[in-house]
Amino acid sequence: MEEQPKHEQNQDNQDKKNHNPEDLKQLSRRKFLRNFGLVAAGAAAGAAALFSGDLFERSKTKGGKKKILLTQDNKLVEVDSLELKAYEKSPEEKMQIRGREGLPGRRWIWVIDLSKCRNARQCVAACQAAHHLRPDQFHINTLEMKENAHTPAFHMPKPCQHCDNPPCVAVCPVDATFKRPDGPVLIDNERCIGCRFCIAACPYSARMLNWSKPKFDDQDKGRPYNIELNIPQRIGTITKCLMSSDRLREGKLPYCVSACPNGVYYFGDENEDAVTNGTTKETVRLSKLLTEKGAYQLLSELGTKPRVYYLPPKNRLFPFEPSKQAEPKKI
Amino acid sequence: MDENKIALEKITEDLTFHIRITRGFKIWMGFLIIGLCICLYAYSRQLRFGLGVAGIRDYVSWGLYIANFVFFVATSLIGMLISGVLGLTGIKWITPFSRIAEIIAVAFAAIAGVVIIMDMGRPDRLAYVFIYGRFQSPILWDVTVVTTYFVLSALLLFLTMITDISWVHTKTDHLPGWVKRSYKVLSLNWTDTPEKNAIIRRCVRILLILIIPCALAIHTVTSWLFAMTTRPGWDSTIFGPYFVSGAFVSGGAAVLIAMFFFRKNYKLHEYITDNHFEKMGRLLVLVMFVYLYFNINEFLVPAFKLKTAEAITLNDLFIGRFAFLFWAVQLGGLIIPIILLLVRKMRTPLPLLIISLAVFIGSWFKRYIIVIPTQEHPYLPIQYVPYNFKVYTPTLTEIAITLASFFMVLIIITVLSKFFPVIPIRETAVERGLLEDEIKDE
Repeated sequence: MEEQPKHEQNQDNQDKKNHNPEDLKQLSRRKFLRNFGLVAAGAAAGAAALFSGDLFERSKTKGGKKKILLTQDNKLVEVDSLELKAYEKSPEEKMQIRGREGLPGRRWIWVIDLSKCRNARQCVAACQAAHHLRPDQFHINTLEMKENAHTPAFHMPKPCQHCDNPPCVAVCPVDATFKRPDGPVLIDNERCIGCRFCIAACPYSARMLNWSKPKFDDQDKGRPYNIELNIPQRIGTITKCLMSSDRLREGKLPYCVSACPNGVYYFGDENEDAVTNGTTKETVRLSKLLTEKGAYQLLSELGTKPRVYYLPPKNRLFPFEPSKQAEPKKI
Repeated sequence: MDENKIALEKITEDLTFHIRITRGFKIWMGFLIIGLCICLYAYSRQLRFGLGVAGIRDYVSWGLYIANFVFFVATSLIGMLISGVLGLTGIKWITPFSRIAEIIAVAFAAIAGVVIIMDMGRPDRLAYVFIYGRFQSPILWDVTVVTTYFVLSALLLFLTMITDISWVHTKTDHLPGWVKRSYKVLSLNWTDTPEKNAIIRRCVRILLILIIPCALAIHTVTSWLFAMTTRPGWDSTIFGPYFVSGAFVSGGAAVLIAMFFFRKNYKLHEYITDNHFEKMGRLLVLVMFVYLYFNINEFLVPAFKLKTAEAITLNDLFIGRFAFLFWAVQLGGLIIPIILLLVRKMRTPLPLLIISLAVFIGSWFKRYIIVIPTQEHPYLPIQYVPYNFKVYTPTLTEIAITLASFFMVLIIITVLSKFFPVIPIRETAVERGLLEDEIKDE
């Protein structure tokens, strides 16, 4: 290293003979700049190393407290407090977790009294408004039913039957649709891949897909996804009746149940053996209601074990009137 | 000995004659690629605007794409029937078209995987199937077995070809340089020695044995996508064998169509003879009889009982909205071809081509009438929705996306058959006694 400058000096001396002063000046400036650059870079690197080393040492002294934790396999371990990080779950995560866990100790049950339905379709409207649905998307729909040629026609509100043995959950490849311990069958539209196997499997036609951009897509943009309300709706994913799980969490009756003007719906907890009428707010004993009115379930021969009971349309409060609503336009 | 050598050289030259880029090839590939690009534009629309660009809606939610998927899985099964079942039983007349069957199997199995992605509402979440996959869903079974079948078929195609690849690259000099160079790489330095032959033979044997249950599984599981539901028309216990037997029909027809065009375009008349068409015609009529038997079971049994829900779908098929399609498929795609194929004169190349085309097209529409009519009649009435929710009509975009799959399959078949000997060279030579087969069958 010592010889190098000497050699260069010689070189410079030799150069002096061959070049004019202007060139010489430039050459030495270039060399100066180069050497200066090298020194500066070296100094900066050294300073950075020292600084980060110091930071590391200081951070060590800040910890030092040991915490004793119990692991999943029942072992006590001592962990430095430094290695523990406070983890704050995002609102989405919180809603996802509680949405999949459900409400402990509950078994939600639904009773629909067909003798009271006069096809007001307030339930449908309330539901579509709450879940940001288009007019052709029905979490609940009222159908004109006629069992056979000689039996009378009647209107039948048809939500998802929230089966205890749900065919849709069995076929879902990614656990997007799932059965909750407290009863409802929900759909996670952040998981759904849009294969539509559940639509094929459901005998109640209770599921639909967002075939194109959802109606409120722009408005709901950025809103944290609430799995119990299924808002924001997402293109290419399934949407379905959720038993208004968000309302149940607040201790309220489902949107459709509260909206009915005719007292068609009873909703409640099977464990309490009590159901409340959405219109009159009268609470009655579930087992008594089912026995007295001769309740039945929809397509129960398929083994789906629905959580919705129907009371047959006898002693009707209103005569049957066919729907006057025009068929919606092609979408 | 010299005669032997000349004959051997002739075979090698005849069977590698087509490995060069011709004008016809350029025009055909140009047509396929332009067609594919137009169809991919249609798919880009679906990616942008969602599945709504197709005619499927909440009631008929599986349309052309799923029918097409079933058809693709079905057609790919022919590789198993010809190379697996017939190959393992030591039948020799399959030699000239066994590779054609394997190419068809690989192409259709590969594109079946693509078709199912085209049907997804959220193709961007494809990885979720592997991340969050739950094994109780038949879709997971399908993904598993179709992937396995594709890998097995591709391996089988490659392993049976490796001897030829090495043969061609060492024994011929009329091929373009880049073909020879790529052959050198693809041959994996394989040399024609008795030991290496024995290894290949053993591997192929294992693959052939594995491929039979795997092929049965892919189509049985595909049928279970329907049979595992409670829908009238799908809720059937014979769907597995019904689908598998139907698979051999569409696959057999596909092989016959391919045989005809390869023989004509690659001038292989000396190797794929009229006798081979005769034999393949017999095989086709046999599998069609089996399929007819399952059809009688599938339609006569529920039609005799006429359970309410089943009756509605059957009515639609026999005399209702789908009657024309149903009878056209059953008569034109199954019964009339069977009757015709029983006549010896009809088992010659040109009549066989026409019959096979009818059978092939009929097989496609058969999947359509298996998938769609059932969904138009759910248990509960369809009300308060637009008319196009009740009655399914495919849209132009949907048809174009479906066509894309055919362009892709044709591209794969064209490229594979163009750059590799479409008839096994070494096997042909051995069969003609020109090459001593060092390995006796174990």
